[in-house]
Amino acid sequence: MPEQFKLITKHIDEPGYTPDIACYLRHGGYAGLRKALATPVRELAEGKKLSPQEVVREDVKASGLRGRGGAGFSAGLKWSFVDRRSGKPIYLICNADESEPGTFKDRQIIHKDPHQLVEGMIISCWANDVKLAYIYIRGEMPEGARLLNQALKEARENGFLGKNILGTGYDLEIHVHRGAGAYICGEETGLIESLEGKRAYPRIKPPYFPAVLGLYMCPTIVNNVETLCHVTHIVNMGASEYAKLGTPNNTGTRIVSLSGDVMRPGFYEIQVGKVTLGELIHDANFGGGLRPGRSLKAIIPGGSSSKVLKAGEVFKLNRKGADGQMAKVDVPLLDLPYDFDSLQQAGTMSGSSAVIVLDDSRSMVETLGNLSEFYAHESCGQCTPCREGALWLAKATHRLAHGEGRKEDANYLAHIAQNIQGRTICAFGEAASWPVLSFVKKFRDEFEAKGAADEAARAQGAGPVHGVKMAASPNHH
Amino acid sequence: MSAPVQPAPAPAPQAPPPVETMTVKVNGKTVQVPKTHPDWQGKPQPTTMLQAARCAGVDIPHYCYHDKLPVAGNCRMCLVEFGTPMMDPATRKPVLNEDGSPKIAKSVLPYEPGTPRGAIACATPISPGMEIYADSPATKQMRESVLESLLINHPLDCPICDQAGECKLQEYSVQHGQAGSRFVEAKVHKPKAVDLGPRIVLDDERCVLCTRCIRFTKDIAGDDALGIVNRGSYNTISAFETGKFDNNYTLNTVDLCPVGALTSKDFRFKMRVWFLKESKSVCTSCGTGCNITIGSREGVVHRYEPRENDAVNGPWMCDSGRLNYKWIGRADRLREVLVRGTRSTWNAALQDLTALLSKAPAGSVAIVASARQTTEELFLLKKLAAKTGATTDSIAREGEADRLLVAADRNPNSNGARLTGIAFTEAGIRIPEIAAAIEAGTVKTLVVFGEDVTKHGIPAATLAKLETLVVSDILPNATTALATHLLPGAAHAEKRGTFVNVKGRLQKFMKAVEAPGDSRAEWEFLHELVHGVTGQNGYSTIEGLFNQMAREVPAFAGLEWAKIGDTGVDVKI
Repeated sequence: MPEQFKLITKHIDEPGYTPDIACYLRHGGYAGLRKALATPVRELAEGKKLSPQEVVREDVKASGLRGRGGAGFSAGLKWSFVDRRSGKPIYLICNADESEPGTFKDRQIIHKDPHQLVEGMIISCWANDVKLAYIYIRGEMPEGARLLNQALKEARENGFLGKNILGTGYDLEIHVHRGAGAYICGEETGLIESLEGKRAYPRIKPPYFPAVLGLYMCPTIVNNVETLCHVTHIVNMGASEYAKLGTPNNTGTRIVSLSGDVMRPGFYEIQVGKVTLGELIHDANFGGGLRPGRSLKAIIPGGSSSKVLKAGEVFKLNRKGADGQMAKVDVPLLDLPYDFDSLQQAGTMSGSSAVIVLDDSRSMVETLGNLSEFYAHESCGQCTPCREGALWLAKATHRLAHGEGRKEDANYLAHIAQNIQGRTICAFGEAASWPVLSFVKKFRDEFEAKGAADEAARAQGAGPVHGVKMAASPNHH
Repeated sequence: MSAPVQPAPAPAPQAPPPVETMTVKVNGKTVQVPKTHPDWQGKPQPTTMLQAARCAGVDIPHYCYHDKLPVAGNCRMCLVEFGTPMMDPATRKPVLNEDGSPKIAKSVLPYEPGTPRGAIACATPISPGMEIYADSPATKQMRESVLESLLINHPLDCPICDQAGECKLQEYSVQHGQAGSRFVEAKVHKPKAVDLGPRIVLDDERCVLCTRCIRFTKDIAGDDALGIVNRGSYNTISAFETGKFDNNYTLNTVDLCPVGALTSKDFRFKMRVWFLKESKSVCTSCGTGCNITIGSREGVVHRYEPRENDAVNGPWMCDSGRLNYKWIGRADRLREVLVRGTRSTWNAALQDLTALLSKAPAGSVAIVASARQTTEELFLLKKLAAKTGATTDSIAREGEADRLLVAADRNPNSNGARLTGIAFTEAGIRIPEIAAAIEAGTVKTLVVFGEDVTKHGIPAATLAKLETLVVSDILPNATTALATHLLPGAAHAEKRGTFVNVKGRLQKFMKAVEAPGDSRAEWEFLHELVHGVTGQNGYSTIEGLFNQMAREVPAFAGLEWAKIGDTGVDVKI
């Protein structure tokens, strides 16, 4: 039976484990930082030498660590894009604006083991010659901000942060910045704008790639909380040992936020790809199964913006056969390994690793109405397709869910969503349109039946349900 | 004594460095385009797809993009399908078709390889061999969908909208839109007729949130007055303090607004724009000489708008200059030729003056001209002065300069007055001398053009001592009231001519409307008077007059009226 693999969450929820530095140090904390700072120069075969910082950067690349925020991009590669010749300061920002619906992993770290994040950040900053870093924490997490500020204070008092860290001459300051309550602040360039004191309007790329023109137009690294925590473990374990966790190209561990219609919702740390969706839902170590008498209807596998998967779906995945050749293999939904690549091949994504389980008691029309209202409410409104399209989708799904549907609404919704994805400044366009596109595609019969039923009811004189009002309004922030 | 310093040999004029170019294809047509283009601040930046398309004569529609504003990339109207040469990942060399041409990989959505991925032409740099498909079905579909999004919550109130006729929503709807709407939901309602500031009204429902107004106000006018409040489809342009959007450049936002969201209180509901005749002119409110377009209908001026001239004002002008046109149509304009208080004719008055000036003893005449007059008029007055031995000057008019366009010199043609020899470097320096000469009885005839000299050092009591006071002006004042010969003149909008701005830009302007009553363009009657007094045959056309002046005034040597373009030429001042 697959089990959790607790790397990041090793001490979290352990009886007696507290978020203060004394506890962290008792459990071997800041050993990774000491080890990193003592990294020797590495001699390469061709006579080239890697500085200690370059060694850590190379190790992060070699570890195969992929971003835990949502896009799953190689963390080492992201660091390698940083413009180190501009002469400008390099900034590092920890993206702690965890707000993808269904996701509640970063807050576990922040609330229960904040020094783990601080240590990961200090190592990452040192490795990237960063002198000033920020933790951009979601405004709705005031306790997290308090704990982080406390942790930073303790780290400073213990010589891990501030001037001349551990006598190495390296200076670093980290500030906590609280967001003001918008999902879009989690988009890295929106976050940067917000940190600069502006409206969190994502920047156009090109030209504003954070690695070159980020915070205050300086090279900037933006990494997720969980990603930064992994850096400490890569240093502690060594890149090759770390890379043995998980599966090839999907290394390490991930904290899965499991929610919805399961008996044991919660956060579970797994080796990436070593546990299937079915195991996450049904095994006693994880979800513990569906509620009694219920059957599975759908899984939203990577946060609310990931494309929904339908119970009973079978996917064609590239698998290495016994002969070593790659071949397309049929993999049923519940046998999908929970990792980056398998979910991508299944046409969706592991995103923020938030698994939302829907059983047969759920109306897909109403569920989509709920999701679409969220995206209409959270669209920043900067660019046209998302600004107008997100609310249009919300109004249309709301109408359909509340008795004023039409048979053509399935196509109507899909067409509106098609006109958003890929045409916006940031990935919010995809986030708002993918639920619609996937719900309508996979549950078309349900959408069409609802529309037809509404039409029939109206034809019999029931009349449209009047007074259906959108909850999303400017006064609702 | 030290030896005179030898001037350093002038550096040989260097040929401009060759423009580096790149080859791209626009709608199937191969074009060589410069690798860089100036950005909104004039700094060279990698050429964008939009600029490359322009080089190929292809206009890509856009709302938020503006040459002279920072790029925002928010309207998405300029999304275009494109392709780049396919590279072999192993050899890093282009993959070729059978005919040897490079194979093009069209940009597609990474997660949906069957669907084209557009790029915003305004912000995407070109790369060698790039192909831009500005009229492909995919591009057209993207445009259509952006327009649809912009229109679903738009009030569609064109019949009562001031922007109608010069509205990019209307134009692009015709060119790129769909005929019908499939939108069946309730529209978003937003504030109407918002009093943004003393000169601006905002209709938030018409707004497409392109942020041109915000960017102009912050980055050009240097006033962080505008912003967006609320979120998503409820986004609303707002002034931080309602009613306080009041810098001297607010009306540029009305020009910049591609739709009818921002309207000018001055122009609002006054005139349908398609009835306006547009005439190229120059603003007279200061020495900058912003290029303008005068919008007039049936002899009435309805608005000034800036006319783009990078050598002078770029695409902007100040509010005070823009609104300084109402005097042209004032009811109390001088309309009649008066000789000693009695209505006369141009013939009679000019004959009288010719006789008078011809026999005036040397030194008995003085001329106070105005640096609001055209260079040609000042040139003619100088001829008159030369013949009569008159002392001449003009009146200085100083204010405070700002950091953008407004010059401290509030006369439009101070340099014209200097270059024609009417005024010295310091305008007005000879006025006390003239006043004293009148008081002493040496000057018996004073010619005043376009100035109320009673406010500038020659009081009414002094004027009363003159035998002859010849005054030409547009509006009545204390000096015109004392005139023995009153010659009604024309506003710049009623004639042609040139001004030389504070930086030495000689600019010509065209006639927009007719002068009222008997009033005439000053250069016309001055040329008759000069002919009468000096015997020198003048030129009855502005072209001939200008060309004659260019032959006689060294600063204008080599110029011809026909060769001065719409944006003027630099002269040595």
